[in-house]
Amino acid sequence: MNADPIISVSNVSKHFDRIVAVDDVSFEIRRGTTTALLGGNGAGKTTTLSMLLGLLLPTAGRIRVLGEDILRHRYRVLPRMNFSSPYVDLPRRLSVEENLRVYARLYGLRQARARIKELGAQLNLTEMMRRPYGQLSAGQKTRVALAKALLNHPELLLLDEPTASLDPDTADYVRGMLQDYKSRTGATILLASHNMSEVERLCDDVIMLRAGKLVDRGRPRALLERYGRQNMEEVFIDIARDRRAGGDQEPKQAAP
Amino acid sequence: MSVLRGVCMSVQRITALVQRHVYLMRGSWPRILELMYWPTVQMILWGFITLFLIDHSSWVAQASGVLISAVLLWDVLFRSQLGVSLVFMEEMWSRNLGHLFVSPLRPVELVGALLVMSLIRTLIGLSGAALFAMPLFDYYIFDLGWPLVAFFANLLMMGWAIGLVVSGIVLRYGLGAESIAWAAMFAVQPVSGVYYPINILPEWLQAVAFFLPSSHVFEGMRAVLFEHIFRVDLLVNALVLNGVYLALGTATFLMFFRIARVRGQLLNVGE
Repeated sequence: MNADPIISVSNVSKHFDRIVAVDDVSFEIRRGTTTALLGGNGAGKTTTLSMLLGLLLPTAGRIRVLGEDILRHRYRVLPRMNFSSPYVDLPRRLSVEENLRVYARLYGLRQARARIKELGAQLNLTEMMRRPYGQLSAGQKTRVALAKALLNHPELLLLDEPTASLDPDTADYVRGMLQDYKSRTGATILLASHNMSEVERLCDDVIMLRAGKLVDRGRPRALLERYGRQNMEEVFIDIARDRRAGGDQEPKQAAP
Repeated sequence: MSVLRGVCMSVQRITALVQRHVYLMRGSWPRILELMYWPTVQMILWGFITLFLIDHSSWVAQASGVLISAVLLWDVLFRSQLGVSLVFMEEMWSRNLGHLFVSPLRPVELVGALLVMSLIRTLIGLSGAALFAMPLFDYYIFDLGWPLVAFFANLLMMGWAIGLVVSGIVLRYGLGAESIAWAAMFAVQPVSGVYYPINILPEWLQAVAFFLPSSHVFEGMRAVLFEHIFRVDLLVNALVLNGVYLALGTATFLMFFRIARVRGQLLNVGE
């Protein structure tokens, strides 16, 4: 495994007027790993993902992605990465195939038709290729968004809740597909998720955010040991409620 | 070689966005009908007003096509602005901006695609009205000859400039500001001298009109129709002003785009 950081975040902050969404966060992510970005609602996960994508400019700090400064050389990096989120739509009146064709062209894909067919088969989209995106179920939309995210064979995949709205069977299928994609291509995956079993299954590393700060980090197993818990959901609750690792089980603040 | 490759990739991305909007239009005949509807209704209204005024106004009688030409050219201006603003808002309505801007698409390429779509929509909208004018009022706008191309191009550019500013405002202030797209152009209509010569305006307004490319176009149109001359000076004025306004319009859109990146509005678009 190559140890070069594929993402390097140094002292990054983001303020929206007086609200501090991300507060002096630093971390690195190694190539070929799957890392979870965890935290409660409003912890700063989406803000962090947006800054890594260059969609949002940080108030302070430096971000390097795939060896490039994302603020200065965003367009060198974007063709090598991709993104999926259930909260960002694709054009609803276009069919699945039309949407994928448009994005294939935006990414300058050669042999786009073959790639779309391949992804359609992998994500069980073949039957719905001609249906308007807006008429699909939430789970089907998530799979189409994932197909869009995999179109350009990304080296770095940023996923915001990749299995939200999916039934357990489809969610399991998608997780399997992400694992397979990573093992075949050596891609790096950074995902924000609220599904802790997903994190335990997919992730080599976990970054925990609370109120915009990075409050803990480690492999899932190491976090379980550190917090003395059986599963990541309990660890998540401990961290979200600011319970300290290593036996201090009393919450320092009231539960939400 | 790499510059050439970069240009080719840019063209490909612009084509991708144009393809996205052509898919949208192709899949919905009401959208195409809507493009032609208002220009045709306006043309019919002003056609009948012309028929009435030919017998009651010596000014209209000198050049019977002056009002229909004016309404068709006004629609070039209005439709080209709407063509930019509505196509941009379509991306906001479909909440697609986040995906677009994590792709290698550059903001200036989005601007390029908006302008191409505006041209396509304007041509579709105007072609219907121009074709109906032939059998209904025995009026052929193409009789204006080559000057028509100059008028069309200048009005298109002015519409683009205003459309880009409106799109930037909608990006910055959200879809709550979308009504500006429909209203913006009417602020310049009285000063553009669409249906009357500029010299009837008060002097201070004539000074304002001088800085509008549209006023030079409509004066030029009347020169062709009444005096049968093509005023190159008016064309040059309009071209220079349009160059400045198009640069300002693009700069304004890019400024609002940057503000959207600071405020996090590319992922969270809407009202």
